[in-house]
Formats: sequence, structure tokens, C-alpha cells
Amino acid sequence: MKPVVIRLALAAAFAFTAQAASAQTLKTVKDRGTVVCGVSQGLPGFSNPDDKGNWTGLDVDFCRAVAAAIFNDATKVKFTPLSAKDRFTALQSGEIDVLSRNSTWTSSRDTSLGLNFAAVNYYDGQGFMVRKALKVNSALELNGASVCTQTGTTTELNLADFFRTHKMKYEVIAFATADETVKAYDGGRCDVFTTDVSQLYAEKLKLTNANDHVILPEVISKEPLGPVVRHGDDQWFDIVKWTHYAMINAEELGVSQKTLDEALKSTKPDVKRLVGTEGNYGEQLGLTKDWIVRIVKLVGNYGETFDRNVGPGSKLGIARGLNNLWNNGGIQYAPPVR
Amino acid sequence: MTGEREGPAARPRLAVLYNPKLRGIFYQLVLLAIMVWLGIEFALNAKTNLQAQKIATGFGFLDNTAGFGVNQSLIAYQESDTYGRVFFVGLLNTLVVSAFGIALATAIGFLVGVARLSNNWLIARLAGVYVEVIRNLPLLFQILFWYLAVLGALPAPRNAISVLDGVFLSNRGIAVPRPLFGEGSGLVLAAFAAGIVVTLMLRFWAQARQEKTGQQFPLGCAAAGLILGLPLLVMIAAGFPIGFELPQLRGFNFVGGVTMIPEFTALLIALSTYTAAFIAEIVRSGIQAVSRGQTEAAYSLGLKPGRTMSMVVIPQAMRVIIPPLTSQYLNLTKNSSLAVGIGYPDLFAVFAGTTLNQTGQAIEILAVTMAVYLVISLITSALMNWYNSRLQLVER
Repeated sequence: MKPVVIRLALAAAFAFTAQAASAQTLKTVKDRGTVVCGVSQGLPGFSNPDDKGNWTGLDVDFCRAVAAAIFNDATKVKFTPLSAKDRFTALQSGEIDVLSRNSTWTSSRDTSLGLNFAAVNYYDGQGFMVRKALKVNSALELNGASVCTQTGTTTELNLADFFRTHKMKYEVIAFATADETVKAYDGGRCDVFTTDVSQLYAEKLKLTNANDHVILPEVISKEPLGPVVRHGDDQWFDIVKWTHYAMINAEELGVSQKTLDEALKSTKPDVKRLVGTEGNYGEQLGLTKDWIVRIVKLVGNYGETFDRNVGPGSKLGIARGLNNLWNNGGIQYAPPVR
Repeated sequence: MTGEREGPAARPRLAVLYNPKLRGIFYQLVLLAIMVWLGIEFALNAKTNLQAQKIATGFGFLDNTAGFGVNQSLIAYQESDTYGRVFFVGLLNTLVVSAFGIALATAIGFLVGVARLSNNWLIARLAGVYVEVIRNLPLLFQILFWYLAVLGALPAPRNAISVLDGVFLSNRGIAVPRPLFGEGSGLVLAAFAAGIVVTLMLRFWAQARQEKTGQQFPLGCAAAGLILGLPLLVMIAAGFPIGFELPQLRGFNFVGGVTMIPEFTALLIALSTYTAAFIAEIVRSGIQAVSRGQTEAAYSLGLKPGRTMSMVVIPQAMRVIIPPLTSQYLNLTKNSSLAVGIGYPDLFAVFAGTTLNQTGQAIEILAVTMAVYLVISLITSALMNWYNSRLQLVER
């Protein structure tokens, strides 16, 4: 009897003392054959499944780019839809490899949650949407209003700050998912719906009468949205970060899906470094020399994914604004590949 | 352990190793040690891994500023308060909806359970339909139904349905007047309290007298006079110190008065009607467990059906009813965490939801939340067990 007990105890000891796999994300991903990517439960323009279950959006394309860089196959991504409430826990627990879910980069999330924000793939800000019938022209006229928002977001905190700063009263109704929030606003439970402006445009399309609603001019916060990884794996952090920078650099150097063949023949040193015909920058990351070629060929550069998903080429039609390249009036800027 | 010599005297030479009692104790101790060790190992391992990933640990976060708003709070709360206070706000919201839910579910459940046994065909069938429909639909579905389809269908505040110009029904909730306690209102409240105390004493006296002489006392009228009439007289004498603040539509919403938010109403209605369906069945089975002879005996003594039910059948049925009833109370309390589906700020939503998300301290917060539900449930069942033991058959 005794040996059995001891064996059981030892087995339990191993099970419980096994360290959480932290360092080996790239190896895990390669062994598994897919990148597991945490996305939203459906936000047009960023991560949204169609009726056939195909995901599209800016955040989705980012994960596809990571998969393209690793596997030379942009389809090797498994998308895990997460609510705002569950997203960070899913990443902390190792359920997903990267969180690409319109998440705002803040100091506390970057530090105490055990996470690292890798880059900013969309500069956003929080706004308000109201019914036109209320004849409200400014967020400063919202004293006493009922506001619908999603719980566990920076939105909830900014909202509280904004009303406190302007000494206005409000009633907040916080829902667990974006869909519940929009449904409650559409049903008249609140006067105001607040979230990031890009999301307001996206959710507006879902309302019963989209034209009865107006987005107020005020933008009350900075919401830098970007992909997130776990603490403790610098190589994986670098890969995710540089995937974004690769897409920005490709746009800046004019390397797109259309011009890729010319770029491969280019004699310009910075283009040669980008497409890997000179240097071994991809290998330094633990990938291949042609990693950026793979990203651009299979997904596109930053400008292309922006246009296709949220920009003029999409239903949302949001202007580039802050998300333009730094040399084009925006603040999207990437360190060079060299 | 193995050195002790303790065993049945009849079998003195049986080796200690084969003493069944000692072996039993030994295995219990081994099991206990393994459980304790696993627990410690789990805690230490979690701590190491959390530190390795630089995730914050400990309960220091309870003193940090929460920074978010909550739309229903029984204690004063504002955004600059701490997560610790958010915990109490959520806890009280859970308790208030559970307490009202239990009271309402019990009332409806008893009514429907008795109605199901009614001799009136229509009443019995209606009660049957109620039970079968309500208990066979998922609770979350019912909560959403009340929230979106019933309360959500009420008009906007500007077109609110007004009852007697003091109560307003809209999709923002039910606004009712708030009592304002002016000078001298203490007297009225004191009269109210005195009325209750005197009524209780009167009841005691009336019962004793009935047991002795068989004479009855009209307690109902006396109670009404004492509990309602006395404070009313005092109020008139003191010149109406208690006034009412009426809710008024100002801007977007009703200002003043007290507003019962639709999230609370929907949750309360759904929880109590759902649990009532189960309670009704428990009550029915309890009543049917009382032998028919009891009823017949009561009838032959000349008791009317109503009295037979309330004084002979129900007291005996209670012994069968209480234990499963306790389970239903516990279910209702735990089911209140479905509030998260409609944005009612209960403990699960604001603490195990928002606070967890803002601080990322899943282990601590979930452990605390689990402990709270456990404590609430244990207290409820302790109270019910005490009540149950009081109702047990006393043999003389």
C-alpha cells in the first residue's frame, strides 16, 4: 500500500511544480503548427467573423502576418474570441500566444498584469455616440445622462474621469460584452454609448437605424491599441513587435503586394535589407531571411491592411489620421531594419 | 504511531499493524497530510510562477483606487473609492437581490404550491402550467426576457408611464417617491416600533388565553390599529413631519426620489419566479406527504378547510418542506451571479469581473469571491437547519 501512496504523491508533486511554460513560445508555436491569437467577439474592421466563420480585420491581419512570418502560411492561425473581461487572463494563463484585440496600452496593464504591449497598430481615442433626437452637440451637455459601456475596459475608467473632471453626474450601466452593450443602447436603456471612436463607427453599423445616431466631436482619451504578449519571453516579444514594424517599414519603402516582385530585384540598400536579399535580419529574430517578403506577399503592408479593413476600402471608411505614416502627417513610425 | 498498543482486549496478540481501528486512523492521517501538502504546494507554486511572470500578488490592491462607476450602491460610493469598497458594494447588491428574491420566491412558491392542490380545476391547472413553463426554461433566458422584452419595452423617460403622479415607469427603471424625515419624525417611527412590540405581546397573551379558555381574540384588527393607526395618529398630532420627495424628469433622467434600476427589477422577478416554481413543487410534495387522515380528523373536529390547511397540514408539511427549501434558497443566491448577463452590479460582476480585469489578480479575487458565496450559503443553511430542528416533531 505504502509504495502506491508514495508514487501518487510524487506524481502529484511533479504535476504541481511544473513551471508554466514561459520562455519557449516560438518553439511551442512551431511544434503546434499554428499561432493561437486572441481576438474580439466580433468588431467590424478589427476582428470580425463572417457567416462562413472567416475572420477579417486589422487585428486579424496582424496575427496572420505573424503566422506568415513563421510558417510562410497566413492561414496557420487559430482565432480565439475573447470578451474584454477575459482577454488578459487568457494570455496570462497561456491559452493564447498573442492578444490582438483592440486593447489599450496602459502602464498598469504593461506592468502588474505580467504582460508586454509589443507595438501600437492603431492610435485611437474614446468618443460618445448619442441619438440625434436628443439634440446634443457636445459631450459637455451630457450631465445626468445614462451611459452604456463595456466592463473591464479603459473606457469605463475614462468615462468616470471625464464626468468627474467636468463635475457632471451620470449613471453607468456596464455590460460584459460589446454586443450586450450595443443592444442595451439600441433598446434605449441609455442615452449615450461610449467606447473607442473606431469601435463607435463599427458598432453604429449594427444599430437598427444607424442614421438616427451621431458621434459627438469630443475625443476624451488616448487609446493606443496594439498586440500583447506575456512577460518572460523576449524572443517572442521581438517577433511580435517587429512584425508590426516590418509592415510599417514595408509601407514606408513602398513595398506592397503589387510591387513585391520589383522590390525583390531592387538595388536600394534599405529595400534589400527589408526583403532579405541583403543581411540576415530575419535569422537574428529566429525566423528566415525572407520573413518580411512572406508577410507582405500573404497579408500586405500596414497601409494595405488599414485600407482594406477600416480605411476607405472598407465599410467603416475611417480616415488614416493619426495612423498615417510619420512622413505623411501621422505618428506611425518604425525603427529601421538593419 | 505504530508503537502504540491499543486494541480490543479479546484479541491481544493481533499485531498492531493489523488493528483495523489504528489502520483506519493512519490512512486518514496520510490522506489529510497529502491534502494539506498539495494545498501548500499549489499556493507556493502559484506564487513562484506569478512572481516569475511579474504578475502582482497579494491583497494590496484592495486599497487602490477603483476609478470606475457603479450604478447601484447601498453604501456611499464614488469613483475615487477603493477596490475594497467596491467589494462591499457588490456584496450588498448580491445580498439585497438574494434577500428580496428569497422572500418573494417563498411567497409565490407557497401560493402556487397550495393552488396546485386546489379543488378548483382552473386554479389547479393554472398553477400546474406556471410550474411546468417556468421551471423548464433556462434561467438566463428568463432574466434576458424580463430585461429586454418586458422592462426594455417600457417607454423612454420623457414618455414615462405615470402612476398617481408619483411613480414613474420607464426603460430607465421605476422611480418612486423618497420619504423625507423632518423634525418630529422620530416620534412617528417610535410609535411604529411600539405598535409592533405591543402587537407581539398581544399575540402572546391571546394565545395563552385561547389555550386556557378557548376564547379567541380578533388579533388582525388590533394589529392593524396598533401598527398602522397609532403612527398615523402620532403623525397627525406632530403635524406631518414625514414628507415625500417626488421624482421629477430633468434633462435625460428622473432626478429625486428613488429609482429602482431595471437590471435589479429584471433579476429579482426572474430569480423569484423561477425559484418559486421549484418551491411550489416542494410545497405540494410536503402537503401530500401529510397523511389524509390528518385532514379528515381536522374536518371531523369541525375545522374549516382553510384552518385545516394552516393549522394542521402545513405545520406537519413544513418538516418535509424545509430541507429541500434550503437548497432552493442556496440556488437562488448563487444564481444571482447571472446578473452579469444584464449588467446588474452584483459581487460577481463588479468584483470578480471589473476589479479582476483592472487588477489582473485572478487567484486572489476568485478565492475571495468563492469564500463569500460559500459563507453566505453556509449561513443560510445554518439558519434553515436551526429552523428545521425547531419544527421537528416534539414527542410528549
